[in-house]
Amino acid sequence: MQPMTEPAAPPPPLLDVRDLRKHYPVRGGLFATQQATVKAVDGVSLRVRPGETLGLVGESGCGKSTLGRTIPRLEDPTAGEVYFAGRNLAEARGRELFALRRQIQIIFQDPYASLNPRMTVGEIVREPLAVHRRGRRADQQRRVAELLELVGLSADVSDRYPHEFSGGQRQRVGIARALTLEPKLIIADEPVSALDVSVQSQVLNLLVELQERLGLTYLFISHDLSVVEYLSDTIAVMYLGKIMEIGPARAVFEAPAHPYTRALIEAIPEPDPRRRVRHAPVRGETPSPINPPSGCVFHTRCPYAVEACRGVVPPLEAVDPARRGQADADDLHRAACIRKDEI
Amino acid sequence: MFQGHSLKTAAGRHVSMTRFGAPMPRRDPPLPLLEVQDLEVTFATDAGPLRAVDGVSFAVDRNRTLGLVGESGCGKSVSALAVLRLIPNPPGRITAGRVLWKERDLLRLPARQLPAIRGAEIAMIFQDPMTSLNPVFTIEQQLGEVLRIRFGQGRRQARARAREMLATVGIADPDRRLQNYPHELSGGMKQRIMIAMALLAEPDLLIADEPTTALDVTIQAQILALIRELQQRTGMAMVLITHDLGVVAGVCDEVAVMYAGRIVEHAPSAAIFENSQHPYTRGLLASIPRKGRRKESRLATIEGVVPSLLEPPPGCRFAERCPRRRELPEADQRRCRQVDPELLPVAGTPNAAACHYPCSGERR
Ligand SMILES: Nc1ncnc2c1ncn2[C@@H]1O[C@H](COP(=O)(O)OP(=O)(O)O)[C@@H](O)[C@H]1O
Ligand code: SF4
Ligand SMILES: [Mg+2]
Repeated sequence: MQPMTEPAAPPPPLLDVRDLRKHYPVRGGLFATQQATVKAVDGVSLRVRPGETLGLVGESGCGKSTLGRTIPRLEDPTAGEVYFAGRNLAEARGRELFALRRQIQIIFQDPYASLNPRMTVGEIVREPLAVHRRGRRADQQRRVAELLELVGLSADVSDRYPHEFSGGQRQRVGIARALTLEPKLIIADEPVSALDVSVQSQVLNLLVELQERLGLTYLFISHDLSVVEYLSDTIAVMYLGKIMEIGPARAVFEAPAHPYTRALIEAIPEPDPRRRVRHAPVRGETPSPINPPSGCVFHTRCPYAVEACRGVVPPLEAVDPARRGQADADDLHRAACIRKDEI
Repeated sequence: MFQGHSLKTAAGRHVSMTRFGAPMPRRDPPLPLLEVQDLEVTFATDAGPLRAVDGVSFAVDRNRTLGLVGESGCGKSVSALAVLRLIPNPPGRITAGRVLWKERDLLRLPARQLPAIRGAEIAMIFQDPMTSLNPVFTIEQQLGEVLRIRFGQGRRQARARAREMLATVGIADPDRRLQNYPHELSGGMKQRIMIAMALLAEPDLLIADEPTTALDVTIQAQILALIRELQQRTGMAMVLITHDLGVVAGVCDEVAVMYAGRIVEHAPSAAIFENSQHPYTRGLLASIPRKGRRKESRLATIEGVVPSLLEPPPGCRFAERCPRRRELPEADQRRCRQVDPELLPVAGTPNAAACHYPCSGERR
């Protein structure tokens, strides 16, 4: 007999982003003197549980990098909250912010640009330890050697400079540096986009391995749906600063509810000549974020758009009618489309 | 058997492949539209001569698309630039080969005859749009020039056609864009304008070097559909260079896989994706995350790095990294390391592979 205990409550999310906004003032409009606003991130809410990967996909300019920079407060949000391990990053100041930020590290797309060319690999990886005054120099060096091996480089590459490495190796250095302070959350912004496929697969495998060994939580940002599908437990699809669809990876890929997600999935060219995409799934390009369309921001390109789509901003709601009430559940599959249940 | 597929042996002899892969001499083969033979391009570097392209041969005909694939640095772009004699000299030089275009060798044509071919009969789309766009002219002037040279169109007619093409490649507000200079446009927009410019010429051959790599997937799908549509209408031949095997599968009739300056496998598209014969091609295909793949199963990788082209190894250039070699008896492994494999038809397949021990199990 099963003991009559309460089912274990799911762990609280490590990252809980609530209605986050990042607006930039820009000069625009008819006269260059007019003030306009780019709503780069416009009311994004998402949660990531510890040890899981949230994949954030969307096309260029949709706001995914801005979101990735605003979460750890590399940029100050215009509005909204970012709870990390229960504490509101958006309000943290001084030492508290410094300490929280240490637990969040970012890996960038371009390992060339993000590594200081005048520092040796050993110094690059050790620097965060020095900045945060962690241990004596000898301990720091031991830790560097450990990290380099952890990411599949050998400890004896410490004295070499970034230019002596290939793109994939440099990305490993970037990963080692990000791991130096034992972060809980890694925000990876297009970390494999500049790499050739055979090297890309090495780095993806490494990220999965590190997640398993260290219990890392990832916010993985990419325009490449296949890569995101491979890595993610949850997928969020962004368009013009908003989340169009979010849910368990399998549900989003196998039963996409938002027409934009469908278009993205259909547009991926598959390495299989029998499954050629015959026609483009959507027309036109993403409108300017300075002057986004009314109502559903996707209506100008949406093959399913009806008159009502221009008028109302569709809320991000549960796709499964049976679960509509559970607004707070983390594993809900949601989409922001008024026609999500009929198409 | 793959009809009409013809290959060059190392000796430059035409062979066509029968069902059993035995080479048969051809009677009076009609020349394809473009035929590149034994192309070799060498760059002078501080460390000595570097042979970026080393004996590359391929052909493409009307209505056909050849994909040139391989990872960065393998020689795809250099091969394409050499076809149009656009290799910067110094440091680069075409050190051997022929580029037969409508029965003339472009490599031996007087330089003054080239402009009539480039951008008109043969159009090229580059990875970097500023290679084709001139910073001091507006988009309208540049697109108009193509239409004037190619079709003798006047200003008004050219303008209408240019506007239409800009809309077709997904550019919003084409009227305004026509008045812009290149520096006023985003990277993605310049890319699309260059594509529009190439397609406006309705060339006999389009050489497209990573034409959609910088674009979003939905725009990529639009551009690829547009290129296919134009090809159906005009019978244009195409050489598509890309590292994206998905794009290759979507567009190409046949594929040449390059590695370290050489073509290592050449076959009809389906045969590359379903029954590739070179271990490198197999490795590449296995490392792509496909729809439905989850992190619970690791992706395949190709360990190691591409050999230096300054001092390529004497035998197979892939030998150091080749997983197939490692399973072979000692003597065969020595052969991989010492004897350079030729690109030869693989018996029982429509593929040609530069491998002593192709995946079919054949030994040669
Ligand atoms: N510092 C800034 N000033 C003005 N606009 C910006 C700034 N940073 C980003 N943006 C705008 O915000 C939008 C989203 O940009 P970004 O976050 O970089 O998108 P992505 O990473 O998806 O390419 C874009 O329209 C971009 O031009
Ligand atoms: S020749 Fe040998 S080393 Fe080269 S690809 Fe074939 S099996 Fe591998
Ligand atoms: Mg970005």
